[in-house]
Amino acid sequence: MYYYTLQEDLINPNQHTAFQSENNAFARICPAPFRACMRTMKLIILNDYDQVGEWAAKYIRNKIINFNPGPDRFFILGLPTGGTPLGCYKKLIEFYKKGEISFKYVKTFNMDEYVGIPRNHPESYHSFMWNNLFKHIDIKSENTHILDGNAANLVEECDSFEKEIKAAGGIDLFVGGIGPDGHIAFNEPGSSLLSRTRVKTLAQDTILANARFFDGDLSKVPTMALTVGVATVMDAREVMILITGVHKAFALYKAIEEGVNHMWTVSAFQQHPQTVFVCDEDATLELRVKTVKYFRGMMHVHNKLVDPLPPK
Amino acid sequence: MPTNKSVSKAPITQFVNCRILRDHKLQREDLWVREGRILDPEKLFFDEEGYADQRVDCEGLIIAPGFIDVQINGGYGIDFSQATSNVRGGVALVAKKILEHGVTSFLPTLVTSPPNIYHKVGTTSTPVLSTTCPVSHHFHSGGVEGAGVLGCHLEGPFISLEKKGAHPEQYLRSFQSGGMLDLIETYGTLDNVAMVTLAPELPNSEKVVRELAQRGITVSLGHSVANLSQAEEAVQNGASFITHLFNAMLPFHHRDPGIVGLLTSDQVPQDRTVFYGMIADGIHTNSAALRIAHRAHPTGLVLVTDAITAMGLPPGRHTLGQQVIEIQGLHAYVAGTKTLSGSIATMDMCVRHFKQASGCSVEQALEAASLHPAQLLGITRCKGTLDYGADADLVLLDDAINVRATYIAGQEVWRK
Repeated sequence: MYYYTLQEDLINPNQHTAFQSENNAFARICPAPFRACMRTMKLIILNDYDQVGEWAAKYIRNKIINFNPGPDRFFILGLPTGGTPLGCYKKLIEFYKKGEISFKYVKTFNMDEYVGIPRNHPESYHSFMWNNLFKHIDIKSENTHILDGNAANLVEECDSFEKEIKAAGGIDLFVGGIGPDGHIAFNEPGSSLLSRTRVKTLAQDTILANARFFDGDLSKVPTMALTVGVATVMDAREVMILITGVHKAFALYKAIEEGVNHMWTVSAFQQHPQTVFVCDEDATLELRVKTVKYFRGMMHVHNKLVDPLPPK
Repeated sequence: MPTNKSVSKAPITQFVNCRILRDHKLQREDLWVREGRILDPEKLFFDEEGYADQRVDCEGLIIAPGFIDVQINGGYGIDFSQATSNVRGGVALVAKKILEHGVTSFLPTLVTSPPNIYHKVGTTSTPVLSTTCPVSHHFHSGGVEGAGVLGCHLEGPFISLEKKGAHPEQYLRSFQSGGMLDLIETYGTLDNVAMVTLAPELPNSEKVVRELAQRGITVSLGHSVANLSQAEEAVQNGASFITHLFNAMLPFHHRDPGIVGLLTSDQVPQDRTVFYGMIADGIHTNSAALRIAHRAHPTGLVLVTDAITAMGLPPGRHTLGQQVIEIQGLHAYVAGTKTLSGSIATMDMCVRHFKQASGCSVEQALEAASLHPAQLLGITRCKGTLDYGADADLVLLDDAINVRATYIAGQEVWRK
């Protein structure tokens, strides 16, 4: 994994920016075998939570701008909830307010939603997305997709979610977080790496971690959720995982320094063609010094990905 | 995703760039209004996939629920207790003018008067039963023409002789026929009545208090020499308000606090709050007394103007009820005496003075003029808050609590 990236740099240090946009002219004329070198795993190491949020937001911003979405070409974004992406969302809102980005031609698909709590419950993921992102930007409601945890038929709801993703043309960039137990979305340890959108019973760890949002009352925490599967996220053309905080450090270690394993479902992304892990110093505490030094050394190249783009 | 599109085709207004008073705090949030009521934007987004048709830039102003004045005797030359040929017109004039003070709902108040006045004024005002807020009171909805009338406040004539204040002695009455009979005889009808002020020490008052409370009419204690036990009994029978605390009642005494003692009484039923009106004009109550009351019972404080005919008029002599009063600066006296006959401060002046004198927060000052009166009248479902579904009666203020614009049912009815 490391050597592959090193090799790329030797070929062409500007390669990253050239191949970022899946749909630009170069990529279209570039034959498939050559695109093998577009397969990258990047580990972006920043100092703290705020920097992670800012880097990630800039990355998303640049992606959308380079994609150049329009009325018949939407940029399809997969989105997470929770404490980790909040900083990123705040920055995206800032960029929108400054006029650097518009969500008019962006469609979003959220990863998950609790089963059985009312849609307007302050802790539902609908409320989270509304309060922390949607209400501050110019996205249209019909372009947002969040699983309905109160659907009459939950299985049908999951299936139709998969169909909607397919109908939209697949996800261009799926942003996610990681649980302390290494889960992506609600794909708890033991989830099949081939799983698709489905109903999941939450692990005890997850319920405990979520209790703080339900007045610390375990009986109020939902026990089931609808979630995209590991394979659903793997289908995305690009994946960006945000990891901050020392409590995620062990999960990050398991995700990128150990093997692909269904007990740490984020590890599946070692086999994804284009993944970016964005983390802060604290989250690297369980990694080998060698790994951290290597990727820190790459930052001068990786930071080019978030440079402001020249105005059109 | 479930959608329930097009619940309504009515236009939606979004107030942006503002701070709204919600959950007892000023929050940087947009306020959405449709069909005269506060709209839930999250529901609009997910259920209806709807958007705003019109945006109002509030330029950083505060949006508070419109003020509610539960004690106002008139103003701008109009005296609600006078039998004029155009009672409706008089009420309408005042209703229009008080929009400038941020008042969006009020109770026209009648002081002690002879029965013919009550019969005339009572039958002339024909409020409309509001379908938006099903309560026992009859509403006359406000709008561009003026603030809404929530019913009348009948202050007297069943009050104490010793504490009549500016009320005419010859028209004071007692419950000699046993109670309700006296009320009907005097008032004629109780249909448009939202509040009655009486003295609970008058014999037979218990039955009256109970009956009025049962009918959903707020019973207020005032112009009385009741001791604390008499006052507590009245509260247990259903009384829930004190008319202009400290004024026209026995002063606080440490062995019998009288009506003032209700603020901290332990005989008030658990699920009920005793509210008290304060005329915070800097004249009717010393600031230190205002602070004592506020600190003793902050959630019960209701700002009232007790404004009289002369409010809004230049200094001089004017008529109040059956008497003549005289304006001197910000003071209004019974002509020829030093008895205060009411105030000429406007509601926004009272809010500002209350905040400055008590040192309370902006939120508390605004709630004393909006949320608390709505709680007193039991109408918080549609008035006194900016909760989803409430009537969009709004007042836009700057940080110094000066009124910049007033809205009723989402429509701008006054702008500075």
